[in-house]
Amino acid sequence: MLRRLSLVTAAMLLCLAGPAKGQLEIVISRGVDKPVPVAIVPFGWDGPGEAPIDVAAIVAANLERSGRFAALDRADMLQRPTTGAEIDFRSWRMVAVDALVVGQLQQSPNGDYAIQFQLFDALRGEQLLGYRLPVSAAALRSGTHRVSDLIYERLTGVPGVFSTRIAWVSVSRAGRADARYRLVVADADGENEQVMFESPQPIMSPSWSPDGRRIAYVSFENGVAEIYIQTLRTGDRIRASARPGVNSAPSFSPDGRRLALTLSRDGNLDIYTLDVAGQVLTRITDWPSIETEPVWSADGRTLYFTSDRSGNPQIYRVGSDGGRPERITFEGRYNARPRLSPDGRQLAVVHNDRGNYRIAVLDLARGSIQVLSDGRDDESPSFAPNGEMIIYATREGGRGVLATVSADGRVRQRLSSGGEDVREPAWSPFLLAN
Amino acid sequence: MMPKRTVLLLVFSLFLAACAGRSGTAVDDPVFDDAVTGPGTATRGVGDRDFGRGDAFGDDVARPGPQGGVLDSRVIYFDFDRSDVRPEYTEMLQAHGRWLAANPQARLRLEGHTDERGTREYNIGLGERRAQAVRRVLLLQGVDSSQLVTVSFGEERPAVIGSDEEAYALNRRVELIYVQ
Repeated sequence: MLRRLSLVTAAMLLCLAGPAKGQLEIVISRGVDKPVPVAIVPFGWDGPGEAPIDVAAIVAANLERSGRFAALDRADMLQRPTTGAEIDFRSWRMVAVDALVVGQLQQSPNGDYAIQFQLFDALRGEQLLGYRLPVSAAALRSGTHRVSDLIYERLTGVPGVFSTRIAWVSVSRAGRADARYRLVVADADGENEQVMFESPQPIMSPSWSPDGRRIAYVSFENGVAEIYIQTLRTGDRIRASARPGVNSAPSFSPDGRRLALTLSRDGNLDIYTLDVAGQVLTRITDWPSIETEPVWSADGRTLYFTSDRSGNPQIYRVGSDGGRPERITFEGRYNARPRLSPDGRQLAVVHNDRGNYRIAVLDLARGSIQVLSDGRDDESPSFAPNGEMIIYATREGGRGVLATVSADGRVRQRLSSGGEDVREPAWSPFLLAN
Repeated sequence: MMPKRTVLLLVFSLFLAACAGRSGTAVDDPVFDDAVTGPGTATRGVGDRDFGRGDAFGDDVARPGPQGGVLDSRVIYFDFDRSDVRPEYTEMLQAHGRWLAANPQARLRLEGHTDERGTREYNIGLGERRAQAVRRVLLLQGVDSSQLVTVSFGEERPAVIGSDEEAYALNRRVELIYVQ
């Protein structure tokens, strides 16, 4: 209980304090051509035996993965200070880094840890940020991600997403009678993978609740498509919709109380909303074509969805209490599975680009489409909660892998998947109030 | 033969029962939380039921439903992005339709599938549309609607793994599965 209190207190203090506001000296180039050079000096260790975790290595890897930073190789560091007082700034100017992080990992006698760090402008020798975060042994990794978030936000002005999570579906022995489907949740860097749910039948369409505490998904465990909502912490789940026919494509409303979903009452897919607690169902579309893949606007008033009423799949929008749908994509003959950017200005979609299914973003104000990926069968785009990156599924060597692309298309990465066939990544919302 | 099938059905129904009663698995909630569970608990309650979905296996296991001639054909293939039933399947579907009309206690499950191209949820729609197209043909043969159930798996259960035209063509299908 004591430990919990101290963690909550730490989190609250962080929220209240926010990053120190000061003159932002470091100009960030968004391109991969000019990543900002930073040095994350190996952290000091104050405790028995070996340090349980290499904080600096994880922070450096996080920053590099953003595509905005290049971390200095440890072999090129002329000194290894662990506190601000020990820094000789001339030696850091010589290796041409713009920013410098030093710190220490400490263990207290009761077994808890504290991560202490300082971020400096290497050119001016000024401290930009300094924190001490108490964390439990189990939260060491996530605490280190939080450190990365704070550094990232101080340097870029954009909240970091290193302490968020990603859910996806993995399959082994796909296409065989002994196939295994798993719903997996991991840290945003792919580590700390945990299986939420496992089944011999397909699992589809994981969708986070706005508070990041629940995931809705489709499971065929009873031979038909049904929608479940599972609470991450406890593993408890409810069967939210198992109506006759298709129950699919769940998407949480911004208040977390309703799902938009797809049902087929007469053999034809249409969009509905469902008040989960009261099981109140509202029909949103009624058209003899495929209507599916609904997603809510941030204010909860609008639903974006896929419909092939024009003869091929295109994106439409409609009021979340119904009304007349309005078509919003006109470029190309296949635009489907919309996901709204956190600022509400863009939709990530799957777009058929000269025969290839690729991730594209639609600028809602201008109606223009920009293709971001280069695969043959890319799908399931999902925005990071800070809007900077999109994670999606692609194929490599005959199996599914995950990849990320920056929303401007300049930074692209492939995530290793350890040989599993993976698909349908879903990026969590921010998991701490900022 | 019968004992083998009985065992198979028993395994399958046990499996279904296991599925129905299963709850999900805990995953620790957000970051600064000491209720973080160890990796060992992540697979709680799902680790030891490692058997498949209980399909028929081996040539000696008779499939449920009518046997012989065109009635042994149980798969209808579709063109890319299409859900109309090609004329070559008319004779086969008429035979199944006549048999079902004559055996009103029989139940047929129509499982619609697509190839891997396009989005997964849209493909659920396309698979459902294909299953419905076959259902309509059977209803015209005098089959009662209560005898038929449609399920779409979209691209989730391919018959063939592969990303070429040949695999795609084999995966765009509706399977006729007689249920006992």
